[in-house]
Amino acid sequence: MRRIMNVNPDRVTKLVLGLAPIGLVILLYVMMSHERLLLNPADKLMPSLASMGDAIVRYAFTADARTGDVLLWKDTGASLIRLFQGLAISVCAALAVGLLLGVIPLIRAGFAPLISIVSVVPPMALLPILFIIFGLGEVSKIALIVIGLAPFLMRDLTHHVQSIPVEQFIKAQTLGASTWQYIVRVALPQTLPKLIQSTRLSLGPAWLFLISAEAIAAESGLGYRIFLVRRYLAMDVIIPYVIWITLIAFISDLLLGALSRKLYPWAHDEEPST
Amino acid sequence: MSELLIRNVWKEYGAQIVLERINLHLPAGSFVSLVGPSGCGKTTFLRMILGQEQPTRGDILLDGKPIPREPGPDRGVVFQRYSVFPHLTVIENVLIGFELAAASFSGVLRGLAREEALEQCRALLAQVGLSEHADKFPRALSGGMQQRLAIAQALAKNPKILLLDEPFGALDPGTKSQMHELVRHLWKTNAMTIVMVTHDIREAFELGTRVITFDRPRRDPHAPERYGATITYDIPMNDPIISAHKPQPRPDASLFQ
Repeated sequence: MRRIMNVNPDRVTKLVLGLAPIGLVILLYVMMSHERLLLNPADKLMPSLASMGDAIVRYAFTADARTGDVLLWKDTGASLIRLFQGLAISVCAALAVGLLLGVIPLIRAGFAPLISIVSVVPPMALLPILFIIFGLGEVSKIALIVIGLAPFLMRDLTHHVQSIPVEQFIKAQTLGASTWQYIVRVALPQTLPKLIQSTRLSLGPAWLFLISAEAIAAESGLGYRIFLVRRYLAMDVIIPYVIWITLIAFISDLLLGALSRKLYPWAHDEEPST
Repeated sequence: MSELLIRNVWKEYGAQIVLERINLHLPAGSFVSLVGPSGCGKTTFLRMILGQEQPTRGDILLDGKPIPREPGPDRGVVFQRYSVFPHLTVIENVLIGFELAAASFSGVLRGLAREEALEQCRALLAQVGLSEHADKFPRALSGGMQQRLAIAQALAKNPKILLLDEPFGALDPGTKSQMHELVRHLWKTNAMTIVMVTHDIREAFELGTRVITFDRPRRDPHAPERYGATITYDIPMNDPIISAHKPQPRPDASLFQ
């Protein structure tokens, strides 16, 4: 008998083992919901799959009677635009700052302490300040995402740039590289796959900040809708919305991973396709 | 091809003296092997020539002029590892030397200029036997091939002096002897001045025209840090008597595998 730590599952076993707990969770939910509904048909806490299906049809495929919008798509659009803007600003700022701090010791000495301090400020504590300064509109929501992500990404990328082997730093100079050329030809291209990796890890916090900001003050958005229908204990809407958010986050993570493998084959474990 | 003059160089880190009283004249076209025990300052010495570190005292002159205080294209280098850029293909790794010289802002060559540079890169890759691998990424190459690429990169700049820091230390014996042949050939055809740090005494004697050993001739048991290493032997290999006893090149080790 081999040690259990030496037993590796094959493809099929892996798939079955991976899907089983998911199926189990769904099954458990259905059974418990069924029990509760038998006792009290008006129970709102654990709606049946059928009533969630009804809610999906109402929110995703029927125009709202008052505004004429299809709510799920309107909310998704509003949230994704905010998320994308926040991420884009954070990533661009982090890339520029990370390269400068990582490559130039004088700039690092000047700014690294400030960034270290800022990155431990809890972003949610700053939300009231953002609302006061930027008002309740889009800017403060995007600003919250940026404040939450940018300092972390800046530190992370600075670290990645600094961890390029010193041999390459010296070699580039013996090949005639100036500081600027080292940044654009050596540091930047080697940092980009790390940037995608860090962005993938930041997706979770980005959604956290987005939904928090929407919950407090918004007129549309996935987080806004969840917190709105909470007032009516509308679990049949909340659960599909949460699943939808999870699905979006999961797919964007997969897409970023695929993008990185396509653009930067040299940075991944598989043999490059040459 | 250039001459290197080291005048009374000391290197200290605080109270710790690493190197002391280093005086050395390397005529143009020398192939010098540096050997010595671990931690005796061989690599520190190489870094000072490279400009990565500065001597605490003394001068290093390349063709009569003090070397700049930072690495530059006049001094090529091959390290034991990490010498090549993982994000560039083999030919791009060589091309980047031409690109950095020609395009100071973008660092990228385009059009006809790129084609001309690529032509030269192909010739360099042919010299080190990597023509068939031009479009691979370094991670797909063996250790020996990566080192050959690092040499081709350095040759692209036609440096005055080529510094090798244990370049073959991580290679298997068969690959090592192939690399020795290659380096000896390149040294003869390109008429370079080479300084090589190595742990392999046999390699030092086989390749060098001169073998220099670093060690600590003086020791104070109560303050071991107060005396540094210096040159203890300076053995010219082109001396006719020594040359007669110079070890013959080993048979290709791949025969025995």
